[in-house]
This record gives sequence, C-alpha cells and structure tokens, in this order.
Amino acid sequence: MPTLQQVTDEVLQLAAENFKVPREQLAPGDDFFKKLGIDSLQALSLLTRIENHFRIELPDYELQGVTDFQTLAARIHARL
Amino acid sequence: MKDFAGKTLSWIAKDNIIELELHREPCNEIGTATLEELEKFAQAAEHAEKSLRAVIIHSRIAAGFSAGADLRELYRGIQQVPAERRIPRLRDFLQRIHRVLNIIDAAPMTTIAAVHGVTFGGGLELALACDVIIADKSARFCFPELRLGLIPGFGGIPRLKRDIGNAVIRDLLLTGRSFNAAKAQAVGLVSQVTAEGEALAAARATAAQACKFDRETAIAAKRFIKPIPYDELRQEVELFCEMFSRPAVEEGLRKFVESTDKMPYLP
Repeated sequence: MPTLQQVTDEVLQLAAENFKVPREQLAPGDDFFKKLGIDSLQALSLLTRIENHFRIELPDYELQGVTDFQTLAARIHARL
Repeated sequence: MKDFAGKTLSWIAKDNIIELELHREPCNEIGTATLEELEKFAQAAEHAEKSLRAVIIHSRIAAGFSAGADLRELYRGIQQVPAERRIPRLRDFLQRIHRVLNIIDAAPMTTIAAVHGVTFGGGLELALACDVIIADKSARFCFPELRLGLIPGFGGIPRLKRDIGNAVIRDLLLTGRSFNAAKAQAVGLVSQVTAEGEALAAARATAAQACKFDRETAIAAKRFIKPIPYDELRQEVELFCEMFSRPAVEEGLRKFVESTDKMPYLP
C-alpha cells in the first residue's frame, strides 16, 4: 500500500495535470481552491479523477471542509 | 421529423437516429425554457416517422450532461408568486415534465443518454427515462434534493427503483452524495463506460446496432422489460408538492441561490 507521502505526491501530480499548473508550484499545505482557482464543479472533476486514479470510492461528504492537498491525501489514504 | 435548433436544446434526425443535444449554459439546468423545448421534442418524437429507430440525448456543455432543475428559477418563482398559487403552479410544471419523460420512457425507439461530467438531480432523471445510459469516465451522478428539504421530482425514485437495488438508492438519496461512472456501472445504473469524450461515439455505435433489429420486436421487448411505474410517478408529484409547501424548502433554496460556498453542489 502506498504511504501517505506517496499519495500526496500523486494527488499533487493529478491536480497539476488536470488544471494545467506546473507541478512544482503546488505544495501539500496549499489551499487547492485558491491555488488552482477552481469552483465546485471543477473540484468534483478532480474528485472523479482521484477516484479513477486510485480506484477508490470517496464520498464527497467526507471532503466537506477539506481545502488542502495534505488533508485530501489523508482521506484518500484512509480508503485505500 | 424536422430538425430543430432552440435556445436550450437542438435536434437533428439522420440515418434513422435522432440526436438531441442539450446546450444551455452553465450546465443545462432544466427550467421553463428547457421544458418548453423538451415538450416540442416529445411532440415531434411521438409523431416521428417509423424509420427513426433511436434517440441519443447528450450535452454540448463541457461541465456535464445536466445539473438538474433550475433552482434559481424555482426560487424566483417562489418570490414572485402569491403563496396560494405556488403549489398549483409547481404541480403544473411537474406534471408537464413528467409527461415529457414518460413519452421518452415509452418511445417506440431505443433511447440512449450519453452522459459526461455533472449528471445531477433532474439531469439524472432525464437520463433514467432512457433505455440505455452510456457514461464517460468524467461522469458524476447525484440526487442532492434532500439537502433542500425535497425529494427528486422528475420521476427519479420510481425509475431508480425500476433499475437498481433499493440499498444503493437509499445511500444515494439519503446522503445526497455523488458517485462516479465506475460505481454507476457496478450498481447497474450505467451499462457502458467510455474514455472521456467518447460517450457520444459509443452511443452512436449502440444506436446503429439497435437499428438493425425488427422494430416491432424491439418495441415489444422494451415494453416487457421496462414497465413505466405510473402510479409511483403520480405519488412522487404529490409528495414533492407536499414537501415543497414547508418553509424549510424556501430557506434551502435561498441558501443555495445566495451561497458563496466553495462547493454548493455538494451535500
């Protein structure tokens, strides 16, 4: 099973690819809404990509209040 | 059947197949304008030539297939109409959309929803009226109505009950959560999943295949396997109206319309 650090790295990579942002500009503690400039629908798109990538099901209510990559990665890690 | 180009949707008939394209920004919210054009489509489809054998419903909008009912229009309606006229007006709207969806549901053609991205609430209910749902990997399905103090009102629960297990319906309905195309396929809501941007091509191939078989046999098979739950659909309209008359709904709609929440679509 991947470590939390590996999951965080993959999430950052996915976010960078999905929203066409240089990977090196993203850090685990970043607020992804602010950093990526995304709205709720785009956040759902990222969630879908995350679920497809990790082959998990991540109920969106578990993401309420989650705004940084690190916490998002922890939620994903808990579902692996 | 004559081609049509409207403000919220358009259709063309070509090679035995009708393609209905939704194109109302921001995400094909279904309000009065869409309903009126869907009614035109339903009327035209009812009188379509027998040579037209399949219908594909899809969206041109990048965000998705449809975000569902136009909640902003619904909220404005509440504000503008005296309290005693709200429910009759709402019931009329619901009965009209039910008539359209029942016609699509029972159409003597193979009906295919090719969906991507947001397929929520009334958008999902439109897809559920079709015989086959083909989703690309970006698709997300959700019934968020409970957080507004409502139930799905465009036939969602009865049609879901027809297609998938009750336990999944309760999860979807009672949590208001969304799920992706893989999950939707696993529970039997979606029959084909494609790569992103490929749902329409898969729907065209499926429609072309369906057109190969004898029309009357296809109609008989559809009637046998896909009964329309008319009684439950009527009950749903009444339950929706009953729920709608509570103050919690107006408050829920107001919160949604005025929300600056980062994720207003999420429960």
